[in-house]
Amino acid sequence: MAPVKLYPPKPDKVYFYGTCLVDIFFPQAGMDAIRLLEREGIEVIFPDDQTCCGQPAYTSGYQTEAREVARSQLGLFEQDWPIIVPSGSCGGMMHTHYPQLFAGTEDEALAKAVAGRVFELTEFLVHVCRLKLEDRGEPEKVAMHTSCSARREMGLAETGPMLLSKLGQVELMEQERAAECCGFGGTFAVRHPEISAAMVEDKTQAIEATGAKRFVTSDCGCLMNIGGRFEHQQKAVTGEHIASYLWRRST
Amino acid sequence: MSIHDDAVQTFTPRDFHRQAHDALGNPQIRANFRKAMDGLMTKRRDSFGDWDLETLRELGANIRMRALAKLPELLEQLEANCEANGIHVHWAEDGEEACRIIRELCEARGAKAVIKGKSMVSEEMHLNEHLEAAGIEALESDLGEYLVQLNQQTPSHIIMPAIHLNTDEISDIMHHKTGTERTRDVDYMTAAARSQLRERFMAADVGISGVNFAVAETGTLCLVENEGNGRMTTTVPPMHIAVTGIEKVVEHLRDVPPLYALLSRSATGQHVTTYFNMISGPRKEQEHDGPEAVHLVLVDNGRSRIYQDDELLDTLRCIRCGACMNHCPVYTRVGGHTYGTTYPGPIGSILMPHMLGLEDTKDLPSASSLCGACGEVCPVKIPIPDLLVRLRREAVGEGRGNVPGAGVKRNKKEVAAWKSFQWLATHPGAWRRGTAMAGKLNMLMPSNLGPWTDHRTAPKPAKTTLHALIKRHRKQRSDA
Repeated sequence: MAPVKLYPPKPDKVYFYGTCLVDIFFPQAGMDAIRLLEREGIEVIFPDDQTCCGQPAYTSGYQTEAREVARSQLGLFEQDWPIIVPSGSCGGMMHTHYPQLFAGTEDEALAKAVAGRVFELTEFLVHVCRLKLEDRGEPEKVAMHTSCSARREMGLAETGPMLLSKLGQVELMEQERAAECCGFGGTFAVRHPEISAAMVEDKTQAIEATGAKRFVTSDCGCLMNIGGRFEHQQKAVTGEHIASYLWRRST
Repeated sequence: MSIHDDAVQTFTPRDFHRQAHDALGNPQIRANFRKAMDGLMTKRRDSFGDWDLETLRELGANIRMRALAKLPELLEQLEANCEANGIHVHWAEDGEEACRIIRELCEARGAKAVIKGKSMVSEEMHLNEHLEAAGIEALESDLGEYLVQLNQQTPSHIIMPAIHLNTDEISDIMHHKTGTERTRDVDYMTAAARSQLRERFMAADVGISGVNFAVAETGTLCLVENEGNGRMTTTVPPMHIAVTGIEKVVEHLRDVPPLYALLSRSATGQHVTTYFNMISGPRKEQEHDGPEAVHLVLVDNGRSRIYQDDELLDTLRCIRCGACMNHCPVYTRVGGHTYGTTYPGPIGSILMPHMLGLEDTKDLPSASSLCGACGEVCPVKIPIPDLLVRLRREAVGEGRGNVPGAGVKRNKKEVAAWKSFQWLATHPGAWRRGTAMAGKLNMLMPSNLGPWTDHRTAPKPAKTTLHALIKRHRKQRSDA
């Protein structure tokens, strides 16, 4: 376990790093996250030149390409504001792997500085914003899948469920083997499709068995994987990014 | 895997994909592993209870790192202290040399029958086959190893070699190979195996065991086991040969208790194992039992090459508890044989490429979703996910070139794809235009994405990207 992390007081401004999956596939989740932050009185700065954190190349072993992509992102956060990422996976890449990626290069200090200011969205909402939510939705059972990167790389197994617990009408359903990977793993799903499929099949079964008709997650990779499996099987379980769920139920 | 087939099924890491396909389609394999791994995970968690596990893992990691930092000196110290205790020490550069040393020791005594305690290093160097070719019969005495050997298989797990078999399959194997009754009575089968093995212990000329911890300062060999077969192997036959990888050395005797506490809990969820043997030499003149001669064979087999690289070095911390495989969602689904290597699962995927080369093992480092469960439970905090990524780098020729077969996976098509990715992601204007276009034309993601869409629907690019939504959002705000 990482040393106890001390959180800063709520800032006036934050950077928002949308991530490529949100940008292309789930932009509404990004907007909902931004609105949640703005409702807390925080000005959200979205650097227009952001693209991708470089993780797909990094985990595939293409270190040079990953570093060049990451280098192009390092310069986007000039001010000393927190960087909010609505994904444990991209957050983990920036928080944990950027310092490794730039170790011994001229950008090492910058990479460390950026890494130290990266917060995953649910972490920031819980620990920095101390978010309060008024639940305006109907009573509902919901399951949550916390991504492995959020859970293990960033040590954030609790922040998603903590946010859901602030919704009075929502019952969080416990699933079997909640800590087990959904089988996405980026390029793993393509390089080892059958193993990945067996994993996501088990994950969807576990979620379905809770009786919840909805699941939320804080990572769009898992959302694409689990949601895509439910849809493929024509199951009546739908997935949503936790930012959208929180925003939708509290407005 | 049918026990009724005379044809012995062999596995190779080169066929990982096909073997994974077969295992995934085998309900028996799936059920056996799921059940066993679920049980092991629960036992491990319960056994650590309220302990400050993080502090203990930190201690375990530090002990192992300290030992590795002084490895050459500690090995020399171990050799000197073992020799002073009457344990003859031999050095083997690779598996072949280790096999030859052991065979020659056996031949010098005219040995025909060898009884073996569990030793993964001996599996790594295919010792049994080597001895058999020289007319020396080597019989496994660990119950799981015994069953696997009867069934002409290899271990599917480093701690529980027969974990792929269920009670009915074991009953069948014992019935066919040893003539026991078909039964589900586990006690009956265990008792039968015990009496079969007991005779062989008495008749064995040599006992061969592994080592869990070799203590440099005292020249003591520690052996952790549950069945008493380790004690029998190392005390009943007139000669005992211990064989171990050079990384198993620890500096002090006081280093052993924390590592042992971590090992037994991480492996099987036991607070202590049934047996813990500390071997410090042959039978002394006034003693009535114990072997007349004890030998220690220290095997390198690629380890000193791993040792040269300050990142890969962490691989050698391993104390072989198997917790990484017990918690691996990939191992749990495909089982140990699928990997086709002596050490399966996450530790195997970071260790075997050094022993076999990346040509044969290139699919192993990628066979992980990098979920991090292995690193989370490793009692000596080996950064397994980071090492998997490092080996992926080596495989595509982006590493330091310190692994045999480095660069074997590099191909022009993939390099071009990542270069294109790099170009697009470092040209934000082109990125914005490209991603906006993808949503409008839905062209980036056709509905058939091969392996992805066999099991899931294709993700659809949104009509408007986040970049574009934000532009609107800003406008709304400035208008308001």
